[in-house]
Amino acid sequence: MSTYHADEKGYYGDFGGAYIPEMLYPNVEELRQNYLEITSQPDFKAEFDQLLKDYVGRPTPLYFASRLSEKYNTKIYLKREDLCHTGAHKINNTIGQILLAKRLGKNRIIAETGAGQHGVATATVCALMGIECIVYMGALDIKRQAPNVARMKMLGAEVRPAQSGSKTLKDATNEAIRDWINNPVDTHYIIGSVVGPHPYPDMVARFQAIISEECKTQLQEAEGRDYPDHVIACVGGGSNAAGIYYHYLDDPRVNIIAVEAAGKGIDSGESAATSALGKEGIIHGSKTLLMQTPDGQITEPYSISAGLDYPGVGPMHAHLYRTQRAEFVSIPDQEAMDWGLTLSQMEGIIPAIETAHAFAVLDERKFEPNDVLLFNCSGRGDKDLETFIDYFKL
Amino acid sequence: MNRIQSVLEQDHKLLSIYFTAGFPNLDDTVSILKQLQDNGVDMIELGLPFSDPLADGPTIQESSTQALRNGMTTDKLFEQLKDVRKEVHVPLVVMGYFNPMMQYGVERFCQRCQEVGIDGLIIPDLPVDVYHEQYQKLFQQYGLLNMFLITPQTPDERIRYIDKVSEGFIYMVSSAATTGAQSSFGDTQAAYFKRIGAMNLNAKLLVGFGISNAETYQAATNHSKGAIIGSAFIKHLEANGANSVADFISQIR
Repeated sequence: MSTYHADEKGYYGDFGGAYIPEMLYPNVEELRQNYLEITSQPDFKAEFDQLLKDYVGRPTPLYFASRLSEKYNTKIYLKREDLCHTGAHKINNTIGQILLAKRLGKNRIIAETGAGQHGVATATVCALMGIECIVYMGALDIKRQAPNVARMKMLGAEVRPAQSGSKTLKDATNEAIRDWINNPVDTHYIIGSVVGPHPYPDMVARFQAIISEECKTQLQEAEGRDYPDHVIACVGGGSNAAGIYYHYLDDPRVNIIAVEAAGKGIDSGESAATSALGKEGIIHGSKTLLMQTPDGQITEPYSISAGLDYPGVGPMHAHLYRTQRAEFVSIPDQEAMDWGLTLSQMEGIIPAIETAHAFAVLDERKFEPNDVLLFNCSGRGDKDLETFIDYFKL
Repeated sequence: MNRIQSVLEQDHKLLSIYFTAGFPNLDDTVSILKQLQDNGVDMIELGLPFSDPLADGPTIQESSTQALRNGMTTDKLFEQLKDVRKEVHVPLVVMGYFNPMMQYGVERFCQRCQEVGIDGLIIPDLPVDVYHEQYQKLFQQYGLLNMFLITPQTPDERIRYIDKVSEGFIYMVSSAATTGAQSSFGDTQAAYFKRIGAMNLNAKLLVGFGISNAETYQAATNHSKGAIIGSAFIKHLEANGANSVADFISQIR
């Protein structure tokens, strides 16, 4: 049977693997050898499930959006990851990785962050466990995301500015990798998305898979069948998408839709639509699609949503794109911002701008009245208020 | 015999110098190569700049950023090196990340390397097993040796595997670090150098990372065939300009 999951070497078709400097090999190898065994132990599962329930607030609701469904004449369900503690799905992964790090005997955590959501989710679980936390963040992003920087500091994390290159997410990731090279024994690196060298894409996808696991039960109750016709999520690196696709990847009844950020337009030179603009290459230890110059230098993407402007995409998604298992759509800033308002005013849910991109698919293509649409409502819009205020002159 | 293999056979310690192509100025590459040779350097590593050099520390990353800003490209490098073998006879190794080579086309890249007289490659993010399975034949076809890194954390079994695949030298990273992170060597390094020395590997060892002066050069070469200096040389070029190579080398040996 064909599968869209990673093989034992971490490849999704042509993509994935571990293209890492030898200095990182022991760290990554230690993880690779242990992640499946540790995460399948009963005591790990019990602690993970307990924290997801009592601390994160899972299961998150599956909500039937009646006004939206009526307007678009189809059945629209929202998986409410925005209701997770810290405001997005990111914490599912950081809980999983901190428990893994503890069992590997690590006493120091590093992470990268772009907009600060993953940084906050990491700082949160480090506070929960009483473990030292250092978050690398591009110097430019530190200026742009002051509230999340303050949150991380309140949670006891040290925020270190990445001053190299373009001073944004990709550079923060480089700095975190360098830190790991310099501290190979005591440190675990919590990557925030389904990117990086094997085993990260598969490991993060497994931690996020709780999203679609819950959807199966919840859809069964709501619709009498445990699968949707379409599952829809925004994709930057792709962790929320990986989570809601996970249990449907190999189910041909389910159409997968991935929504990328077109920024100011695919051809504007200011975009983050990696599937359309990217070419096969290597970024942060993974073979995948990435945005780059013809000479192979990695370029800086643009989106109004800081969580989608990663120049690559997880290898799972690159494979879904190449094999046409998933439909890829890209949505410009303006449509995403408008959907921020639409979802707020039709359903009383203020979404993150990343999340708003996914809903714009409703204007892009036609759905049948009996189609069941499953959207990942991946994050809440609190962090984006300043952007909404500026944009809509609120 | 490949020039790298020849120089490894010589019975003195080797000094290899790294610098970033296109730095400090775009067209300094060949002039620096010639000065290095004139000052008795045994081997030269030429850095192909990359936007995201994650195995490198700030000094080399900044020199790469500067070189890219100067207009350095893969094509430009080969153009600069077109006639280099008329004047430069020491072994030349290109050190670069894999993504630019993939975009150039790995085979086309190897072919151009052979045409201009490159002897080998160091590609930090191309793991030994991927090289062994997918690229070794191609590299051999174009007469290129590929060198691998080991660190204090590399398990013995993996070192043996790297030794088996290696045809040139093994690049022994002095400590758990990105480039340029150390200023002196301590007992930990000495123990590590001894441990690896005692493994009796087939490949000769060159120590790199954290070598910046005569003292660290001496310490590094006590237990190895030679040493590689990168960041300290880049810093020197930055402070003293592209014509100051002799000053630097005279401080080392």
